[in-house]
Amino acid sequence: MAITISGDQAMPGPPLSARLTTPQVWGIVLVAPYLLVFLAFVVYPVCYGLWLARHPASYVALWHDPIFARAAVNTLIFLLVGINLKMMIALFLSGFFAQQRPWIKWLSVLFILPWAVPSIPTILSVRFMFNPEWGMVNTLIFKLTGDDGPNWLNDPTVALGMAIGVHIWKSLPFWTLILMTGRLAISHDLYEAAEVDGASWTQKFRFITWPSMQALYLTCTLLSMIWTLGDFNSVYLLTGGGPADLTHVLATLGIRYLRLDQLSLAMASIVCALPFVLPLIYFMMKRLSR
Amino acid sequence: MKLPTLREVGVEARLLLIGIPVFLWTMIPIYHMFLFAISPKEDAFSGKLWPAHPTLNNFRIVFHQEHYFLRDFWIQFWNSIVIALAAGALTLLIATAAAFAISRLKVPGGRWVMNLALFTYFIPAAFLAVPMYRTMGNYGLLNNHWSLILAMVTIASPYAIWVLKQASDKLPVELDEAAIMDGATIPQLFRLVYVPLMMPSLVAIGTYAILLAWNEYLYAFLLLSKDTEITLPVALGNFLAADDSPWELLMTTGFIYALPPAAIYYAFKRYMVGGLTAGAVKS
Repeated sequence: MAITISGDQAMPGPPLSARLTTPQVWGIVLVAPYLLVFLAFVVYPVCYGLWLARHPASYVALWHDPIFARAAVNTLIFLLVGINLKMMIALFLSGFFAQQRPWIKWLSVLFILPWAVPSIPTILSVRFMFNPEWGMVNTLIFKLTGDDGPNWLNDPTVALGMAIGVHIWKSLPFWTLILMTGRLAISHDLYEAAEVDGASWTQKFRFITWPSMQALYLTCTLLSMIWTLGDFNSVYLLTGGGPADLTHVLATLGIRYLRLDQLSLAMASIVCALPFVLPLIYFMMKRLSR
Repeated sequence: MKLPTLREVGVEARLLLIGIPVFLWTMIPIYHMFLFAISPKEDAFSGKLWPAHPTLNNFRIVFHQEHYFLRDFWIQFWNSIVIALAAGALTLLIATAAAFAISRLKVPGGRWVMNLALFTYFIPAAFLAVPMYRTMGNYGLLNNHWSLILAMVTIASPYAIWVLKQASDKLPVELDEAAIMDGATIPQLFRLVYVPLMMPSLVAIGTYAILLAWNEYLYAFLLLSKDTEITLPVALGNFLAADDSPWELLMTTGFIYALPPAAIYYAFKRYMVGGLTAGAVKS
């Protein structure tokens, strides 16, 4: 902390004590720990990472790597299909959980469980459930029909779909909760007035609920998209990127390159995503820092 | 007693039609885990929805570390606890100080620090993981608990600062002015006025950081690798490396690992919902 202050003193102008009041000096001292963490563990790694990704050859290598192309497509599917599906279900369920019933209150307590428990054991549980040979699902299918069940996680399309499913399972409660707070903030009088006028369920949604929720809904969708880019667990623990590296997303691909000791490729694959991520981040910061 | 009208029955039936699938969807993976945890090895793959001979033997094996995969169970459990608590305490300390400086003391450049924090909050965690791994290597912290603790503090503190700043903006300025008039110094103002008033938010943020660190898998498995240094989630992931891994023991360990965060979440739910969702998304 002493370093921060003496560093400031080196600047031209009147001495520090003359320019700053006591609260401001304390302010600098108190904000310094965070700035140190930020410098050491955000600024330095980011600059170092960009420096590692400086070779054009890495991008050429990525361009020729079919796994990268596949991962980019998978990531897009994950974001565009997965997140929109999740947010639509969350919007729908927020209406369901806003109903005043004792049993719905109890259900909402259980519903939050996927969010409250760590993702590793539950994802592994799903992975075992769908194991083609010994998993619960295929055992039941065999018992009921006498046929072997599908080879769930060995089919790239099905496996990616299930990774999206696991992601939705995990984060749906959180977004439902957020959208529910938005819904509960809408004045009840509006609905009563609509009721009197004989509005239907869809009309109430279209003319009351949606107009007051759409800003929140958009914020949530974008925020969820940014965070889902960093969702490593859903894919890595369920499929490990397999079969044949066909279900990777950008989050797991970086780690795969790291494991193969291709550090510059790992960083380059992340840099390739930046043109899409940074505008989203900028937009979100504009929205939230008002 | 009034009989329900046909319309009421219809509404209730439609709600049930949504409620039952939601219940099944939520509970099946968790129930499956629990089922494995109480099944003896030979029952585990029978496909029954309730084992013929439910047993707590799996828990005994885990607690006595009676399997090759579990020989360091207790030390890994301890590692998880230490790292979660240290990350929680450090995040709370750093974030509270920063939020106090920005919101109450109006430190020059505070808005700027806020924007930096917000920017960090939006970087997808997996994107920072690779450079963070190399950075920790350069600092010589790999395989040291501090690497994971500091990484968790880095990830948790932006959101913590942001939520705490929003909460402290709501406290009236007159409080500070009155305390200063009475001759309070800045540390006294912080300790005697600010912290007591912020308690609910501080509890929420502390819980948030502890849960984040306890649940973390990616950073933990990159930064720690020695069997006696790793945390429980990494140990669970290591089960997967072997083809003949004992599922029932893996699910038992996972069940034990999942209990503390669930308990903490429900215990502090009051604070969590109010303190976190209020700041989480401003429409």
